[in-house]
Amino acid sequence: MIQFKVLGPGCTKCKTTYSNVLEAIKQTGIEATVEKIEDIEEMMKYNVLTTPVLMINDEIKIKGRVATVTDIIELFKNR
Amino acid sequence: MFDWLQHIADWLIYNLIGLKTGSKLGDALNFFFYDTIKIFILLGLVTILMGIINSYFPIDKVRDFLTRKKLYGLDYFLASFFGTITPFCSCSSVPLFIGFVKGGIPLGVTLAFLISSPLVDAVSVAIFLGMFGLKTTIIYVVSGIVLSMIAGYILGKLRLEQLLTPWVQELLKNQSKEAEVYENKKTSFREKLPIILQDAAAIIKGVYLYVLGGIAIGALMHGYVPTGFFEVYISKDNPFAVPIAVLLGIPMYSNAAGVLPIMQVLVQKGIPLGTAIAFSMAVVGLSVPEGLLLKKVMSAKMLVIFFSVVATCIIISGYLFNMIL
Repeated sequence: MIQFKVLGPGCTKCKTTYSNVLEAIKQTGIEATVEKIEDIEEMMKYNVLTTPVLMINDEIKIKGRVATVTDIIELFKNR
Repeated sequence: MFDWLQHIADWLIYNLIGLKTGSKLGDALNFFFYDTIKIFILLGLVTILMGIINSYFPIDKVRDFLTRKKLYGLDYFLASFFGTITPFCSCSSVPLFIGFVKGGIPLGVTLAFLISSPLVDAVSVAIFLGMFGLKTTIIYVVSGIVLSMIAGYILGKLRLEQLLTPWVQELLKNQSKEAEVYENKKTSFREKLPIILQDAAAIIKGVYLYVLGGIAIGALMHGYVPTGFFEVYISKDNPFAVPIAVLLGIPMYSNAAGVLPIMQVLVQKGIPLGTAIAFSMAVVGLSVPEGLLLKKVMSAKMLVIFFSVVATCIIISGYLFNMIL
């Protein structure tokens, strides 16, 4: 079971990242949970500087840019 | 550098399409064709170049650097300088702000970074180059950095810490002294390049509509508004022109991409360059949506002080530009 977290206050880039995660899950059919963290105070607990951030199993994988569907599939394959 | 492109534009509009040289429609179309292609070439070059520089100084490294070194004032310069090469979407401004201040970077230095980042970025540099040439671009970049340093320094001196919102103050009180380890994974340039290109493409994709819109409006004005038209209203001698332009610019929310092409035409039609630059700085550097985001970390009073100090600095630089340009 893979746990995704997308951190971002809700700008376009963050929304795109979130929908890319959903798409990646759909394409590969893996079992996963996706959580979207939009609250800044909550976000700061993860010590991020630029959004959006993609976390896989509580580990920051991509930050400051949109993660593409290919990026995401690569990431959890090489996990 | 772009003479070849002007020749193509002339040939296309006047020979192939057959519009008359000097006709309003012909001039407007020529301007649109030439400027659009020129700006997109420059956008590509500058975003890739800045992306390359940025890949060697990622934001974490910058923070690490500013935190660890006692720099005796030089940190204002470095923060402003790194602000110019670090692209970030406005929604990152709050996490950045917190991350910097929490890391122990002085408030003034953090604000210097926050001011310079939107003011001087790849997109505005590219469009300035295309629209106003190298000399004006250098003046713009240097003054953008100096302005951020001075505004940051003044704000730092004002001791605004107690005007931060309570949760931020709480966060600062409990700040962990442990140095955060910055993982410096060595990646080769070859590995970085695809990401740099991807980011550059994303930046251009984000602004291309504004560029086209800006140039289209600029082109229409170029063709149809007589030269010297605005001189009557906004001349160099009018002492209130700069502050009025800045105050008008703040509530406008657009990016450099949309504003600068229009600005260039306004300058051609008689608006002083300094006034135009001050207006662009106000539009790009200060905006209502940014203020709303920053409200999360700043009290209303602090926000007003922040905007006033930056606006004052922009107004002063507008006067300076009008004097030297």
